Amino acid sequence: MSKRIDVKDLNVYYSKFLAVEGVNIEIKPRSVTAFIGPSGCGKSTFLRTLNRMHEVIPGARVEGEVLLDGDNLYDQNVDPVTVRSQIGMVFQRPNPFPTMSIRDNVLAGVKLNNKRISKSDADNLVEKSLSGANLWNEVKDRLDRPGSGLSGGQQQRLCIARAIAVSPEVILMDEPCSALDPISTLAIEDLINELKNDYTVVIVTHNMQQAARVSDKTAFFNIAGTGKPGKLIEYGETATIFSKPSVKATEDYVSGRFG
Amino acid sequence: MSTTTLTETRGAGQSGDKIFSGATLAAGCLILAVLFSVAVFLLVQALPVASADPAEITGGAGFTTYIFPIVIGTIVAAAIALLIATPLGIGVALFISHYAPRRFAQGFGYVIDLLAAIPSVVYGAWGYAVLAPELAKGYAWLAENLGWIPIFEGPASQTGRTMLTAGIVLAVMVLPIITSLSREIFLQTPNLHEEAALAMGATRWEMIRMAVLPFARPGIISAAMLGLGRALGETMAVALVLSGGALSASLIASGNQTIAAEIALNFPEAFGLRLSELIAAGLVLFVITLAVNMVARWIITRHKEFSGAN
Repeated sequence: MSKRIDVKDLNVYYSKFLAVEGVNIEIKPRSVTAFIGPSGCGKSTFLRTLNRMHEVIPGARVEGEVLLDGDNLYDQNVDPVTVRSQIGMVFQRPNPFPTMSIRDNVLAGVKLNNKRISKSDADNLVEKSLSGANLWNEVKDRLDRPGSGLSGGQQQRLCIARAIAVSPEVILMDEPCSALDPISTLAIEDLINELKNDYTVVIVTHNMQQAARVSDKTAFFNIAGTGKPGKLIEYGETATIFSKPSVKATEDYVSGRFG
Repeated sequence: MSTTTLTETRGAGQSGDKIFSGATLAAGCLILAVLFSVAVFLLVQALPVASADPAEITGGAGFTTYIFPIVIGTIVAAAIALLIATPLGIGVALFISHYAPRRFAQGFGYVIDLLAAIPSVVYGAWGYAVLAPELAKGYAWLAENLGWIPIFEGPASQTGRTMLTAGIVLAVMVLPIITSLSREIFLQTPNLHEEAALAMGATRWEMIRMAVLPFARPGIISAAMLGLGRALGETMAVALVLSGGALSASLIASGNQTIAAEIALNFPEAFGLRLSELIAAGLVLFVITLAVNMVARWIITRHKEFSGAN
């Protein structure tokens, strides 16, 4: 249930503007990979190209290849809808559907792919997914209440439960803790550690300590200046990136000299 | 010493605040006063009907017998209008907000808004002169082939000036109201929720069903109610299009009447008890509109918890 990602010579454009240039990266299955870098360096943009979510913005396009276990996501006869159903995403701000109950939120993705699901199967899946997101004990007595009534941290875990309910190959997280308090952040980080047993996890974060705590490998992105494209500067084992990076810019960034 | 800084006030700012809150209060009270005085006017003027001898009322069988057919006519005409205009309006609004290319969508939106600016007498004339004769051909076919359904029972009107035509003209008139309001609500759907749906592998239509429509539900109901208000009270278009008469189940035969058109057609020559009758009919229309709005409010608040407003 977990696949590897290989990105080859990827350029990302917004209309004519080159936002991210020449990314090559290999992400192993069942691992956590963190993308770090200053604001505007293209790490979120690049993350969104991994499930073709950047295409939501008019004019966005890519050159190059993103291979999921060897299959190119950008092949002509690949439907972005299929890609997104296999590569889940968790956003910066928790976004459970406010008009749905907690239970329906978890089942939202499943009902898209497989319209008919028996009640007992659905119950099991809801419990499994919410347990997988460490939320079951907190919400098991109020599954039919609106998801928007939960705290921010609980809402974000509900979104993770919604993402894992469809058993994706990969889970992408775009700064999942930036709107949360430290306790909720800790809960999510613990969860990420558990998720990597089953999934390939890619996380964008502004918080370098977080990258150091949760990830196996870290990629550092940077831009030369405003209006210039973002680039992948260095990619390696997290321990190496934070202790003895090979590029000067990486060292400056992780030691807090800029950014 | 230090307490004086706390008791000091900024004179200008405070009086501005007072004037503004006074102005909003006055505006609020004015609306209530107008509504109240209209209600009192209707009640007082309609009073003679209550004490009149049933034989003196038009039709000779009391006010209830007089008003019942035109209440049904009013509701049927408005219902036809809403049944056509609501799905169509939602569809057009979704096209503008989520499907059409952006540049085209804006112009298209303006054209729809323009429809709302056309005077109702123009719609009436169009319905009478253009739409009714065209529809009359269809009605003949309906009466022949689907005549066994009571609403399509023959004989079909030769002129096409029937309840169904009036309902269709009303639908065209309320369409811009429903479309504009729905479009504004659809555009306000949080990006966050649309992206949540798309990221799960929803197609555009599934995303709309998952994120946009549930979010817009209270707004759609409000839009439909505003449209219904216009359809219930529309006078000129119905008076011109509908060739009125006694209550009949068939929508394609001549007959039926609405309250607003009944008042407009008879008001110029009415005096005495007849005038009171018409004003009482107006009171009934007022009550229907009020009841419809209260039901709509109730529907909206019933789902408050799941509205996303919390």
